[in-house]
Amino acid sequence: MAHELTTADGVPLRISLERALLRSRIRAALLVVPLMAFLLFAFILPIFDMLYRSVENSIVAQVLPETVVVLRDWDETGDALPDETVFETAVADIQAAFKAKTLGRLARRLNYEKPGMASLLRKSGRRSLRITEAPWSEQLIKIDRKWGDINLWRLIKRESDHVTESYFLAAVDMRLDDLGAVSWQPENRQIYLQLFWKTVWMSGLITILCLLLGYPVAFLLATLPLRTSNLLMVLVLLPFWTSLLVRTTSWIALLQHEGVLNDLMVVVGLISDDGRLQMIHNKIGTFVAMTHILLPFMILPLYSVMKTIPPSYMRAARSLGATPFTAFVRVYLPNTVSGIGAGSILVFILSIGYYITPALVGGRTGTFISNFIASHVSVTLNWGLAAALGVILLALVLALYLLYDRIVGIDNMKLG
Amino acid sequence: MRLLFGSSALAMGVVLGAGTALAVDLTVVSWGGAYTASQQKAYHDPYMAENPDVKIINDDSAAEGLAKLRAQVESGNVTWDLVDMVASDAITACDEGLIEEIDPDAMLAAAPDGTPASKDFFAGTLTPGGTNCFVPQIVYSTTFGYRTDAFEGEQPSTIADVFDLEKFPGRRALEKKPIGNLEWALIADGVSGDQVYEVLGTPEGVDRAFAKLDTIKDSVVWWTKGAQPPQLLADGEVAIASAYNGRLFSAIAEKNQPIAMLWDWQVFDLDGWVIPKGTPNKDAVLKYLMFATDTQRLADQAKFISYGPARYSSGPLVGKHADLGIDMKPHMPTNEANAKTILNFDYVWWADHRAELDERFNAWLAK
Amino acid sequence: MPDAQEALVAFEGVQKTYDGRQLVVRDLNLDIARGEFLTMLGPSGSGKTTCLMMLAGFETPTHGRILLKGTELNRVPPHRRGIGMVFQNYALFPHMTVYENLAFPLEVRGMSRAEIETKVARALDMVRLPVFGGRRPAQLSGGQQQRVAVARALVFEPDLVLMDEPLGALDKNLREEMQYEIKHIHESLGVTVVYVTHDQSEALTMSNRIAVFDDGVIQQLATPDVLYEKPENAFVAQFIGENNRLTARVKELDGSFCTVELEDGQKVRALSVNVSGAGEITTLSLRPERVVIGPGQDFADNRISGRVEELIYLGDHIRARLTVAGNDSFIVKVANAHDHVRLSQGSEVPLGWASEDCRALDAGVGNAAPA
Repeated sequence: MAHELTTADGVPLRISLERALLRSRIRAALLVVPLMAFLLFAFILPIFDMLYRSVENSIVAQVLPETVVVLRDWDETGDALPDETVFETAVADIQAAFKAKTLGRLARRLNYEKPGMASLLRKSGRRSLRITEAPWSEQLIKIDRKWGDINLWRLIKRESDHVTESYFLAAVDMRLDDLGAVSWQPENRQIYLQLFWKTVWMSGLITILCLLLGYPVAFLLATLPLRTSNLLMVLVLLPFWTSLLVRTTSWIALLQHEGVLNDLMVVVGLISDDGRLQMIHNKIGTFVAMTHILLPFMILPLYSVMKTIPPSYMRAARSLGATPFTAFVRVYLPNTVSGIGAGSILVFILSIGYYITPALVGGRTGTFISNFIASHVSVTLNWGLAAALGVILLALVLALYLLYDRIVGIDNMKLG
Repeated sequence: MRLLFGSSALAMGVVLGAGTALAVDLTVVSWGGAYTASQQKAYHDPYMAENPDVKIINDDSAAEGLAKLRAQVESGNVTWDLVDMVASDAITACDEGLIEEIDPDAMLAAAPDGTPASKDFFAGTLTPGGTNCFVPQIVYSTTFGYRTDAFEGEQPSTIADVFDLEKFPGRRALEKKPIGNLEWALIADGVSGDQVYEVLGTPEGVDRAFAKLDTIKDSVVWWTKGAQPPQLLADGEVAIASAYNGRLFSAIAEKNQPIAMLWDWQVFDLDGWVIPKGTPNKDAVLKYLMFATDTQRLADQAKFISYGPARYSSGPLVGKHADLGIDMKPHMPTNEANAKTILNFDYVWWADHRAELDERFNAWLAK
Repeated sequence: MPDAQEALVAFEGVQKTYDGRQLVVRDLNLDIARGEFLTMLGPSGSGKTTCLMMLAGFETPTHGRILLKGTELNRVPPHRRGIGMVFQNYALFPHMTVYENLAFPLEVRGMSRAEIETKVARALDMVRLPVFGGRRPAQLSGGQQQRVAVARALVFEPDLVLMDEPLGALDKNLREEMQYEIKHIHESLGVTVVYVTHDQSEALTMSNRIAVFDDGVIQQLATPDVLYEKPENAFVAQFIGENNRLTARVKELDGSFCTVELEDGQKVRALSVNVSGAGEITTLSLRPERVVIGPGQDFADNRISGRVEELIYLGDHIRARLTVAGNDSFIVKVANAHDHVRLSQGSEVPLGWASEDCRALDAGVGNAAPA
């Protein structure tokens, strides 16, 4: 018969061990609880909130609760207006909403889908109070003849669900037409797809510029004697200690039409006074200012990787017969890939989300999608659209991240 | 003796204790800079002098006022007591149920001659877009300034001149949004001011406005922050710029820049107070609001900044600039000489078309 | 032997300074024969590595010439010198497999794929790692990495291979094993090796000749046995092998011998190597195994006494520390033979040595004349 081992005081050994382990596990867990809680509240919940807002659409069913129900029986594919019951219910709902002051929110929501809804609902609110008996439809249409437009009723029925795809459609320059089919926005309103593309390629180019400028600097930092390299490092970090606005404004002063650089070129005779170059308030401005601001984020990971590469690698390659160029390409460069990857991802992702600098120096062509997200958050208050744009941007970044993982491998990334 | 001292100390303690219990901190959100300073001098300081138990704390985040207000109200954690907003934002906030409704005659002071508040504020300004949550303080205008050294001979004086690159060559600065610019484009193209929104209401009208903007598109620097256009003018980056009139006044009168005003079809807009729904200090805020929007207080603010008080009765009381000593009346956008041609914002129209035209405007910009 | 053959490498009056004030290498003149295994030995900062780097082309001489097969190297860049090199920490390329590492020097020389395959396979066979081609350096042990590094330096068949303290990172057993392996490779290939180390036993084991460096100058260039048995100055005597030093004053020169007086007044005879006249301060160098304790020192023409301070039992011999003529770290090795002398701590014992084994050298650093 198997005899169970016990500790000196008779507790089975196995249980005693589990207790001891549990205690150490709890202790370990307690150490990370503050961080996990912080991440949960400051990062994970907001992201889920954003995901939810990009499809959330309870307002129509909230403000017109009965109308939404009776509209279910109406066939929106036909060309007949809803019947009298629907109008009666709608009038009652509108009256109630007007009294409860909720009509304004509905007005703003529906106006995103159909310009003119805002004023229509606001106008109808007060005037609907006069309608107390049949004929309902006739009187409502008398307030505004738009109530006789079948497409308006189709819209209300379509948006009565608690979730909507319309924010996402709007975020990719699409919309639902009157019959509920997906179609492109009119060409002169298409903007977001092109902006996503512009944001991606400009961020890509900024990343490449940062790499081209940062690589030699990082190399210098990693190979110079410590005292010199510390001094240089201070110069690299200096921008971090200056306010973003100050740096951006300095670039404006340097690059603008009557700015230092243009003045200098005119004085030297490189350009004529009439031929001053437009270097700010356009893409060039965004490239210059953003590259300057993000450069340290490229240099630091590169530096930390280069610091670990022994100088003997290059020497070994040279001694084995490689020219300096071959030695660099075949030996040094591959060993810095992890730094290049880390720096590039860092710069790219930061760049894709930047909006203050492009807003100030980007003019009409050098602005990013983030500028529009910011504007929908704080100016137009269309948080649904802002959320949808944000989700797409997030998905874009994740997709690129996965692509990077495929090609280079995320384990190869070294941040410092 | 000891007993006496002891009891008086106790009494002092009671009085102080009572004082602290009644004391209230009001968080007032405004735009910061010179504007908040003018409110501090005209409203906050005198009010705090009269009411030592009230402490007014300035918060300069009005630029994100709408978004932060919505976040506060939605989360049920309202820390703001009074927010300075432009009328169009107040319409949105009121629609969204983020701010308290205002009953003017009950909550606001009557004019010195007894005219009730609802009649003394400029007509319609208490109910922008049909909402009733807004108490206007000032009328500000978006108008034009030009560099006095940019043109020889004739100086620009009309909207048409702003759009005329041949007669007045040089770059322009315009705000990076459709509001205002579309209206001006139509007026410059010959539409009369009172028909602007009618024309803009048709697809052809919108096309026409953009076509006019096309004629100067390559020469425009687009600004996003109020501080930019005076700076662009001062740097010689542009020859003509649209800007808030108060900013231009400051550049001209206080900083002596070679800039002059161009008062043609200035766009009037309102800036005023709204009360966040759910503020814990509603009574204290209402008391303050009654004081800060009375006839004298609104007139006082004009001593410090060149924006026009939103009450009829305040107009005659506007005096001289507090530091420069110049008469402020000629610098007010509401002054008769400046206000010969005025474009009143149609909030209702823009509420309907803002989203659509924002997209079209941005698509146009990117092309 | 070396002088008889054509010199493969020649340093001619080479000087090197980094800061323009201090010479790291003072005046180096050195011929290295084809097929020779020459070790540059010395403490860190003695200039040996700088010499190696100048030869490899990673440093340029401030003055003088370096010749390889009679051609001046000074302006030839490292990659055209055709010199193999093994680095201190191997410097294997971590992103390449062992095969790719070995193929690298062949690829940059534009060899055909088939040729590369044959040569790499042969090199891996040579270092007894035939199946390791597909691994990355990080997957190999230190000794294996070392062998790959050697193979890589040899795979393109250079005439000359430089090794910069290649065994420094290995543990003692492995180091000894690798010493023999490198020596065998050297012998079987007949390649010329210039080897840098600060470990004298490594140098003694492997080299044909050793150049002992100190202070930027070669102190002595000789075969291992000569270096050990006939050090020419106090530095070499001290640096190579175990050594007892006694400070003394020269009393009288007597042909190739001299009579000196120790600090405590005892007089002994020594081989005069590096002394020029009476009255001079000298360092006597005496190998511990040449000192005999107790009776049976008939051959010894120097007899003095010392006090036993410490005895350490080491199995095959007993290590005794004595105070002799004021030097309290005088070491004597007593073989653990059948009839060896029984010593006890604190006792005075007689000891002696032959005059030829006691070398009177220069005063040496830190051995200035007593006031």
